[in-house]
Amino acid sequence: MRSIAHSFKDNAKAALADPQLRRALDNIKTGFITKRAAAAARLPEFEALRDAARDIKNHTLDHLDLYLERYAENVQAGGGHVHWCATAEDARAAVLEICRRAGAKTVTKGKSMISEEIALNDYLEANGITPVETDLGEYIIQLRHEPPSHIIAPAVHLTKDAIEADFRKAHPQFPKDRPLSEPRHLVDEARQVLRSRFLAADVGITGANFLIAETGSSVIVTNEGNGDLTQVIPKVHIVVASLEKVIPNLYDLSTILRVLARSATGQEFTTYTTVSSGPKRPEDPDGPEEYHVILLDNGRSRMLGGEFREVLRCIRCGACMNHCPVYHAIGGHAYGWVYPGPIGAVLTPGLLGVEEAGALPNASTFCGRCESVCPMRIPLPKLMRHWREREFERHLTPAPVRYGLAAWAFLARRPALYHWLLGLEMRVLGALGRRKGRFAWLPFAGGWTRHRDFPAPQGRTFQSLWAERKTGGAP
Amino acid sequence: MSGRDAILGAVRRSLKRAAGDAAALAAVEARLDTRERGPVPARAQIDAKARVDLFQAMAEEHSATLTRVAVAQDVPGAVATYLKKHNLPQRLRAAPDPEIDALPWDTQSLLTVERGRAEASDETSLTGAFAGIAETGTLMLLSGEAAPTTLNFLPDTHIVMIKASQVVGPYEDAWDLVRAKHGPGELPRTVNFITGPSRTADIEQTIQLGAHGPRRLHIVLVEDGPGEESEDGTGDGA
Amino acid sequence: MPQDSPLESAYAPARVGLFVTCLVDAMRPSVGFAAVKLLEDAGCAVEVPRAQTCCGQPAYNSGDRADSQALARQTIEAFEGFDYVVAPSGSCAAMIREHYPALLAEDPAWSARAQHVAARTYELTSFLTDVRGVSALAARFEGTVTYHDGCSGLRELGVREQPRQLLASVRGLTLNEMRDSDVCCGFGGTFCVKFSDISNTMVSDKIDGIAKSGARTLLAGDLGCLLNMAGKLKRTGVPVEARHVAEVLAEMTDDPAIGEAAKD
Ligand code: SF4
Repeated sequence: MRSIAHSFKDNAKAALADPQLRRALDNIKTGFITKRAAAAARLPEFEALRDAARDIKNHTLDHLDLYLERYAENVQAGGGHVHWCATAEDARAAVLEICRRAGAKTVTKGKSMISEEIALNDYLEANGITPVETDLGEYIIQLRHEPPSHIIAPAVHLTKDAIEADFRKAHPQFPKDRPLSEPRHLVDEARQVLRSRFLAADVGITGANFLIAETGSSVIVTNEGNGDLTQVIPKVHIVVASLEKVIPNLYDLSTILRVLARSATGQEFTTYTTVSSGPKRPEDPDGPEEYHVILLDNGRSRMLGGEFREVLRCIRCGACMNHCPVYHAIGGHAYGWVYPGPIGAVLTPGLLGVEEAGALPNASTFCGRCESVCPMRIPLPKLMRHWREREFERHLTPAPVRYGLAAWAFLARRPALYHWLLGLEMRVLGALGRRKGRFAWLPFAGGWTRHRDFPAPQGRTFQSLWAERKTGGAP
Repeated sequence: MSGRDAILGAVRRSLKRAAGDAAALAAVEARLDTRERGPVPARAQIDAKARVDLFQAMAEEHSATLTRVAVAQDVPGAVATYLKKHNLPQRLRAAPDPEIDALPWDTQSLLTVERGRAEASDETSLTGAFAGIAETGTLMLLSGEAAPTTLNFLPDTHIVMIKASQVVGPYEDAWDLVRAKHGPGELPRTVNFITGPSRTADIEQTIQLGAHGPRRLHIVLVEDGPGEESEDGTGDGA
Repeated sequence: MPQDSPLESAYAPARVGLFVTCLVDAMRPSVGFAAVKLLEDAGCAVEVPRAQTCCGQPAYNSGDRADSQALARQTIEAFEGFDYVVAPSGSCAAMIREHYPALLAEDPAWSARAQHVAARTYELTSFLTDVRGVSALAARFEGTVTYHDGCSGLRELGVREQPRQLLASVRGLTLNEMRDSDVCCGFGGTFCVKFSDISNTMVSDKIDGIAKSGARTLLAGDLGCLLNMAGKLKRTGVPVEARHVAEVLAEMTDDPAIGEAAKD
């Protein structure tokens, strides 16, 4: 998808002014958070599992080349094909070629963030192939021609009324007066519509939550079962996955799965976890005849080499955005590209460049709630700060900020001058603000006083009063 | 240069390592071979009887239903009763599994049983399972000649029969059984972990069952005497 | 020098350097004096090095490493002679304790000095309870309060029970927890100015929780958060006054609350 991350501030403003969005966002503020906390509290080993999960990924990333080689060998040994793709363009072309060879008209799709990252749907459509998203949330946003606003709950920005309106428009085959106001009705209708799509699809495309080097397998985790219907019915199954999805073995998978669902939705375990290792075997009564893996780099190998390596541990659970107060305020679309929330604030500049997405890592208070829940213990605030450092080094920080900072730092590095000047300034401000105790407006403080009053200082600095106390004056 | 070599080259440049680094390779080999487990929840390391109870409790917590029967011969009756109770047609698509074939279906004269992969029109399927995992009430199903994967997803109702002796504690134990059956590093085409029926929370975070997969998951558990495996009743978890 | 285990030295006299914080210094010196009283009551000899200004967070969080490193060195130099460094702020204490060592890790001349100071630096309430073993205070405060957990103190330093434990000992005081006391108030230093609309939504949420707690006084351990929340309380006319927790713990609440008019 095309990025609008550069206009983050405007996107955020629009989001803040959208009452429908505010209502929808209220749903995630409590649900995900209390459920995750309860699931974590119920498993005494949870924190130890987080450490273990982090260590697994660190080890894998340290040996990524070797694990990728082993993984690919094992896929091939099982009769599958691996397509190594350096860029989004390579990946799109590889998918199209497979679809063409299969004579595909429609493809069903399981939810895949990588597919969003490479903008696969638009590309297939432009080439005469109809992609059908089958995850309910993805299906809804596909109807609306919108990108997902959350990595595990793509339609979280919508209320059921909005979805009802979309379904009435998109499904004219059903009676006009049918009941459709409850989630149950909407789910049943989508199930009915998509059932025929599953059966008619020529190719099924899924993402992968993990790739297993030991066995050459891809793993998907879903609650709906749509990913399974996507991959078991058509004659061709394509997996799109990025390099960092690989982990060593099935025990490692077990460890990470224990933290994934709990962190994501607060479930003990996701309904369906499916480990796929290639095409249909001669004795199998069903399954795809071809199994392809699009193994995508698209910037990962570069990130592996620098200070952002840790972000490659991400398992896309969404906990960081579920707990992010900035995400709660503006939702996912404001982030302007595929990955919203804290993970997006770190990943997007890495994939699209800090010129495009520099605002994202700035739009954080560093409150640290994301890091405190990240199952993979990714230090998201630290990584956001690294992006700010990159920006600053490259003089991308806005000029008023730079100059203000420089003037402030000049003073702060000269304590005597600093104390003298601050003493003067606070006397003035203190005297001016004494009667009301606050300012509704102050020069150069518009960003503050637009929304809140500025409390007046007490009038003297601590340092000046302390000096008096030391010399015998009363504080 | 192929895409593969270009990508692996870029990865190695970032790792500041040449291809064929012996120490790195040894670390990877050791890791792939390791039988060392990560932290395994204490809740899953329990004796055989407790495992079956936990399996049931967790499966039910995830909206599956479960009936226990004393012997495999009772399965057809339990299935017929379940169908009746839910007003479902007395018709099944069963996995072409010798164990299912061997059950006394003729005791249920109203019940029609067809074998094979799922068709779109099938309302109810019956399959076996490879293992039950007590930790989270999860079923593990392996694809194969006797186990078409479509049966697990297409029908509205999925009935699974499993023996108490197949219930293990943690996921790792289930993987060990797969390894014992298929050999190290080898898997059947598909391994399905199933925990309760299909669900979605994509509309306003309210949980709805039966999104695309089965609306109902029913487990018929044959109590084939988990105590058999160990006289003192501590099972093989000890 | 302090003992290896902080608690062993609980009742031994200690020389404490007070890191006032630039906000307390400029805006609300009474918090500094409250901190001094609490520390002295806990048997500490308190000094306030004049060579301190700001811990450097504004520069650090803006990606300006050079200036942050310069300020880190300045602060380390000013404080390395003390047994302990105490700040009436979770975020400044976290800056010194958690971030200085990282910031100067590659500087051979300063890395060890940064670690030395970091290991001795505490947020005020955590120092009183965890290091000095204070579990009760003689203070009195008539009223219902609610407590906001500043993010850095909470998540970087683990300050959560300490202020509550001390508040529980204050006679006449009732603590009504607000919902989501651990959620950011939207201050975030320059964030609240750079992204003032987002910050406004966050602080509005916060104010709503505060109002619904039923408390008449909002307490917190960070003046930055307090200025933000007090400014919003005032702007929206919510009748809750805001104070730094040290003022209540030291029973020094004669000064007008944050943003209140002076009593003439
Ligand atoms: S960064 Fe952590 S919390 Fe966020 S999606 Fe990735 S793994 Fe989950």
